[in-house]
Amino acid sequence: MPQMNMIQALNSAMDIMLARDPNVVMLGEDIGYFGGVFRVTDGLQKKYGEHRVLDTPIAEGGIVGAAIGMGVNGLRPVAEVQFADYIYPACDQIFSELARLRYRSAGDFWAPVTIRTPCGGGIRGGQTHSQSPEGIFTHVCGIKVVMPSTPYDAKGLLIAAIEDDDPVIFFEPKRLYNGPFDGDANKPAVPWSTHPKGEVPDGYYTVPIGKAEIVRKGSAVTMVAYGTMIYVCEAAARALGIDAEIIDVRSMVPLDTDTICTSVKKTGRCLIAHEATRFSGFGAELSATIQEECFWDLEAPIGRVAGWDTPYPHAFEWEYFPGPLRVAAALKAVMEAA
Amino acid sequence: MPRRSRLHIPQHHSRPGEEPDFSYLETSPAGAVPRPDVNARVRDIGNLSIDLVRVLDDNHVAVGQWNPHLEVQDLQIGLRHMLLTRIFDDRMQRAQRQGKTSFYMRCLGEEAVSVAQGMALRPKDMLFPAYRNQGLYVVRGRPLVDLMCQLLSNTRDMCKGRQLPVMYHWAEGRIFSISGNLTTQFPQAVGWAMAAAIKGEDDIAVSWIGEGSSAEADFHHAMLFASVYMAPVILNIVNNQWAISTFQGFAGGEQRSFAARGPGYGMAGIRVDGNDFLAVHAVTQWAAERARTGAGPTLIEHVTYRGAAHSTSDDPARYRPKDDYEKWPLGDPVLRLKNHLIALGEWSEERHQALAQELEVHVTESWKEAVQYGTLTDGPRLNRDLMFQDVFKEMPEQLRKQREQLRTEQGV
Ligand SMILES: Cc1ncc(C[n+]2csc(CCOP(=O)(O)OP(=O)(O)O)c2C)c(N)n1
Ligand SMILES: [Mg+2]
Repeated sequence: MPQMNMIQALNSAMDIMLARDPNVVMLGEDIGYFGGVFRVTDGLQKKYGEHRVLDTPIAEGGIVGAAIGMGVNGLRPVAEVQFADYIYPACDQIFSELARLRYRSAGDFWAPVTIRTPCGGGIRGGQTHSQSPEGIFTHVCGIKVVMPSTPYDAKGLLIAAIEDDDPVIFFEPKRLYNGPFDGDANKPAVPWSTHPKGEVPDGYYTVPIGKAEIVRKGSAVTMVAYGTMIYVCEAAARALGIDAEIIDVRSMVPLDTDTICTSVKKTGRCLIAHEATRFSGFGAELSATIQEECFWDLEAPIGRVAGWDTPYPHAFEWEYFPGPLRVAAALKAVMEAA
Repeated sequence: MPRRSRLHIPQHHSRPGEEPDFSYLETSPAGAVPRPDVNARVRDIGNLSIDLVRVLDDNHVAVGQWNPHLEVQDLQIGLRHMLLTRIFDDRMQRAQRQGKTSFYMRCLGEEAVSVAQGMALRPKDMLFPAYRNQGLYVVRGRPLVDLMCQLLSNTRDMCKGRQLPVMYHWAEGRIFSISGNLTTQFPQAVGWAMAAAIKGEDDIAVSWIGEGSSAEADFHHAMLFASVYMAPVILNIVNNQWAISTFQGFAGGEQRSFAARGPGYGMAGIRVDGNDFLAVHAVTQWAAERARTGAGPTLIEHVTYRGAAHSTSDDPARYRPKDDYEKWPLGDPVLRLKNHLIALGEWSEERHQALAQELEVHVTESWKEAVQYGTLTDGPRLNRDLMFQDVFKEMPEQLRKQREQLRTEQGV
């Protein structure tokens, strides 16, 4: 099977969808001729033309607003927001329009828009190239929210997102574009070509939205995470020699409560990890749901480990990032609690 | 033949491997555009937003009504500031390549915008820059060491390590904090100007965005509030032809000038040769006086060219001809002012060389000092506790706990 990094896998997904469905169009800043600042759309405009892969003005509200209109008129737009940190000008179109159109028109109008956007830190991008705002979008009912952690899932989930008749915000953890990253910036980078999940079929396939995946089987504790934090959790569990079961949420909305809660009921302990700020982060929703479903099986309070409740500071990137040290400390606390 | 609707895609004029083509650029001869009274009615000065205000002609002589008749000494100071800005940029670019800092953005070819405008304004006027206005700091006299310390995120960093390099601020110098989110400063500058008018003060606000950034909704918010309240503000669009890889046509520059959006909103719009130090200075003076005397805001479009890559993360060879900048019809602002001074008999190649050398030494000395306070990779580091300060004026309990947690995590 071919080896792809996450950039190539995403590119392959869009290539396939542009070829399969003449209604699929892409739009975004620098995505056409240039192929995107992370090169995710490289070559697509050349292959499918300027009417299918559109360079746009720098106006995120305009991009999403126009995507909605295109979607209402029968197209299947895939919009790119260059960095998740720049999605905020589009929020009114996303929150008030995209998320509610189907509901307020009793199903008569809807827009199958996918919004792709790179998120997360670890690239020395400072506070406006590092944010993880996924939690904000999960709080708005009516949009699906996903984040892959491997090239294989990235491709399958993106195809599923494009085919989905509901809007999907597709977060791309940019620190994983070129390889899995366990939070230790001093280690040499690991490329996807040496990782089993870097094996990606050339052709069409989907990874269903709404399904979590158990990425490591274990019995002592359940670690619930997504994106970059999957690899940090693996590193922390390995370092402590703890038989952790690690679940990649993949889809925050809709949430696969079954897979998560079945695991927590089995292990009796749970640690939730995300890179986003902790307060009102998606971890709070996970924690509440798990507590409601698994209370009588829990042997210890549910732990949460996250980014600090501050903006992402340029000089303190690795002190901010919830790396293996912080996750290991949190894991130990969950294991040692009564 | 029945007519059908069609989707127009703005077309780049030349791509890598092709001959640079600036035939799209409409210019006016130097001296050709008349200078109206500062309180002229918007409807009477529409041509200013279409024509191109230029003062320096091909023989390096200042001509026409817009000639600001600056003292020779001021011209020499302007040249010095522009040259220093350029030398500083070159050195910082190299520092990034050496891994001393994470990121840098040069303003090569656009130095006249910040320097001439900075000089035409009063020290108390409030500036709301974008990330390519480092010349404002040079004009207002912020020591280079301070800028370098920000770039290094070191122990003397004015941002305490929180911002990406080049995102400076300077409260005493009246230069607002730079945001990574494009165009947000535009309506804020208008609000600052409205406040000055409410308080009855005659300071004005001045803001800058790139032509690409003029696509954001905040541009329109700024224009509307500025024109409705006739706020004492100068709004600048620096049209350097490029927004990363995207040509200015995608920001709406294909059918009409950016300056023409001024009259569209009922405010003065001026299109100026952004590489002509004298012209930029003159239109800024005009707009400042207009604002200060209650005649309303002005939108200025500076027609210039982004000579460098977008940033140290960008490679323009992917999207434009390698020699595009060399062929840019409006030349190099530093060279043009230098040639003007030489034509006046007030400058020479020798003096220019000596100045460049002096400034190189100044930049090198400043750098030596700055790195003593730490770099991204070596030397003293900021205290990590600083990460938790200034989220709020008073640190809430939750952040205090997180600060403790980090101390424990780091074993301190
Ligand atoms: C809201 C927002 N969207 C996108 C970006 C990413 N971005 C940074 S600079 C830039 C291009 C800006 O071009 P322009 O306004 O012409 O300024 P120039 O770089 O030419 O000076 C883009 C798209 C951003 N910083 N903020
Ligand atoms: Mg530009």
